[in-house]
Amino acid sequence: MENLDLISILGSTIRLSIPLIFTALAGLFTERAGVFDIGLEGKMLFSAFAAAVAAFMTGSPWIGLLAGITVSVLISLIHGFAAITNRGNQIVSGVAINFLASGLTAVLGQAWFSQGGRTPPLAATARFTEIVFPYANELRDSGILGRFYANVISGHNILTYLAFLAVPASWWVLYRTRFGLRLRAVGENPGAVDTAGISVTFLRYRATICAGILCGCAGTYLSVAQSAGFVKDMSAGKGFIALAALIFAKWRPVPVMLACLLFGFLDAFANFMQGKSVPGIGEVPVQIFQALPYVLTCVLLAGFIGVARPPKAGGVPYVKER
Amino acid sequence: MSPSPTPAIELNGIDKKFGAVHANRNIHLTVAKGSIHGIIGENGAGKSTLMSILYGFYHADAGSIRINGKDTVIHDSQAAISAGIGMVHQHFMLVENFSVLENVILGVEGGALLGKGVTGARAALKRLEADYGLEVDPDAIIEELPVGLQQRVEILKALYRGAEILILDEPTGVLTPAEADHLFRILGVLRDQGKTILLITHKLREIMAITDTVSVMRRGEMVATRRTAETTVEELAELMVGRRVLLRVDKGPAAPKEVVLSVRNLTVKDGRGVTMVDNVSFDVRAGEVVGIAGVAGNGQSELLEAITGIRKPASGEILIHGQPVAGFDAARLRALGLGHIPEDRHHMGLVLNFEESENSVLGYHRDERYGRGPLLDLDACRDDAKAKIEKYDIRPPNCRLKTANFSGGNQQKIVVAREIERDPALLVVGQPTRGVDIGAIEFIHRRLIAMRDADKAVLLVSVELDEIRSLSDRILVMFAGHIVGEKTPDTGEQTLGLMMAGIAA
Repeated sequence: MENLDLISILGSTIRLSIPLIFTALAGLFTERAGVFDIGLEGKMLFSAFAAAVAAFMTGSPWIGLLAGITVSVLISLIHGFAAITNRGNQIVSGVAINFLASGLTAVLGQAWFSQGGRTPPLAATARFTEIVFPYANELRDSGILGRFYANVISGHNILTYLAFLAVPASWWVLYRTRFGLRLRAVGENPGAVDTAGISVTFLRYRATICAGILCGCAGTYLSVAQSAGFVKDMSAGKGFIALAALIFAKWRPVPVMLACLLFGFLDAFANFMQGKSVPGIGEVPVQIFQALPYVLTCVLLAGFIGVARPPKAGGVPYVKER
Repeated sequence: MSPSPTPAIELNGIDKKFGAVHANRNIHLTVAKGSIHGIIGENGAGKSTLMSILYGFYHADAGSIRINGKDTVIHDSQAAISAGIGMVHQHFMLVENFSVLENVILGVEGGALLGKGVTGARAALKRLEADYGLEVDPDAIIEELPVGLQQRVEILKALYRGAEILILDEPTGVLTPAEADHLFRILGVLRDQGKTILLITHKLREIMAITDTVSVMRRGEMVATRRTAETTVEELAELMVGRRVLLRVDKGPAAPKEVVLSVRNLTVKDGRGVTMVDNVSFDVRAGEVVGIAGVAGNGQSELLEAITGIRKPASGEILIHGQPVAGFDAARLRALGLGHIPEDRHHMGLVLNFEESENSVLGYHRDERYGRGPLLDLDACRDDAKAKIEKYDIRPPNCRLKTANFSGGNQQKIVVAREIERDPALLVVGQPTRGVDIGAIEFIHRRLIAMRDADKAVLLVSVELDEIRSLSDRILVMFAGHIVGEKTPDTGEQTLGLMMAGIAA
């Protein structure tokens, strides 16, 4: 195989990892606060739809982003209302959000635009487009480092860089701020937080809002940056892969990023292998490669990562004794 | 030492109902500043509810609270903290994977960023350590600390928040005797430095050992307050249950017969592969109670698990009526006449979400008495449960009630009734009265002695030395996985205590 391909695989690894990173960080906030968030997928889809619609109507990707975030936060609050205020089952609430997202986006898309659930294609100005770093084009042909700079470091949209900033930012919030300390505490022992005179409910709501914002970025990335419009079910299970990455990373920000990059890499590798033959084996059906992320998920979650200790109070609504 | 005239706490007419349950009735209580005030009562007497009201967890339906002579409304824990009240809960309110320091500052971080607060807290912990002898490594992770130290962190948390009044809810339930003594020394120091301490307990010995004043609660009412020096264990016990109680079990001499359980060179390892029971041999005969004394964690639990078929022994033999049974599972052992009252009723004895009648047959549900083919005969189960409720005075007498809604003592009676009513030849009992009130303790003790007198073999494991001494006919002392000696029940507490600490044999 031609060796230059590694660089382009890495480039598309970055592109494919971004929605995973945003979404897994979103899950990190809610789950560390003790609220299971299986509705990440649905939130991503809802915000992808909202962002595409808003960007199409206004012609501004930023308003698209704002709409994506707003809708995703609203859905998060619905999840919060069911799971925190009314102490409903968090898994059921999340599954409901996923179904709602899949159905409602397609129906609304069809009703408003009559394009089979799609939104109309976005013009380049209504999208987040690639930012080309200084000298990127000049360095493109000057050896491996130049190519790496041009294809992997440079040439992504603003949300990509935002995702990589969100990783250290999340770490800082969780481990260096009062909010983060309380958030981690409430996911382990809400009683300790309550007896310290802090509202468990308000704290968990704030955590779900953080998740809403991050999911909003993920959804917007899908429809307004990576593609030029919304397509039915375009999140395609990424919310669940992000959830797997979150567990794989044991609910820690930097490992979350690495896990997402790994999943992104497998995805990029599968795309790259399409129609190519493997030395000694010949052509392999592309489905084999496409299945890799899911196989990896199963293998990892089956215990190859050691003991993944979830936040202790995860999934349990907080009720004062009696 | 001399209490100042303004009381630290005055409760006036506190009243609280939970639905039909009247948890606190018109409570009046005055606690002198700089004293240790005990509040004693059976499980369900309303002690914890009263303290939760004082700490802002619940709101009283009526009544008022004065702290240091000032009317104070405590609508949440934050208000209690600012009024100078700190609480050490029965179940620690600690985040287990946090460090000591993180737990201490939670809620009083001193700013939106942690940096400065952490530095300040580190210095404050040093000061508290110097003032009160509360040593603990601020960077240790809670779950790696023994319970005694975890409790110390709870005390530090309260002091760090500036608590002048410290409430401790059943603080010794999880402690070894040595840890409990240490705690009492710390409480003494705190009082001498002017702190006011409220100690909630149902252990009379602790009240006598440490308090200055004691108030007794019974069925939601405050029935009496006494100076500790002017009262006796007998008087307090009577006030608690409302009638005279026997603190000693009345029993005749034992008449041991044939060997029922025989343990030979038994070695048991725990889940981590650590040897917890090391080459232990002993016999239990029909018609005797053999008590195993020891500080929790010296292999008693693993020994019980091996005998009752929950854990496979690493080597050695277990014989019931001469038949080797090592490695048999619990169902086969039960068929051979083994009854088991497990150490932890919540973990092993009961399914708390089941209704009483279901727990009442649990483990014996395959018995043809309770079933028709593959189906359970619910009427038979319930009739059986009703009979046990009647015989064991389980309250409330409702076999359809969820087991979680019974008090600790009554839950334990459900387990005791289930196991004893099967009329086992060998009864293995772990911590039969842990977290159980005096009335139920007395009842359970009498049932165990009745088993002995009916020529059953009883093996009793308990960390309560009083219980071991009053029930056993022979006492084996366990330390670090070995049986370090056999004593008679009239052996002094001190001698046994030294053996339990591994100092004397």
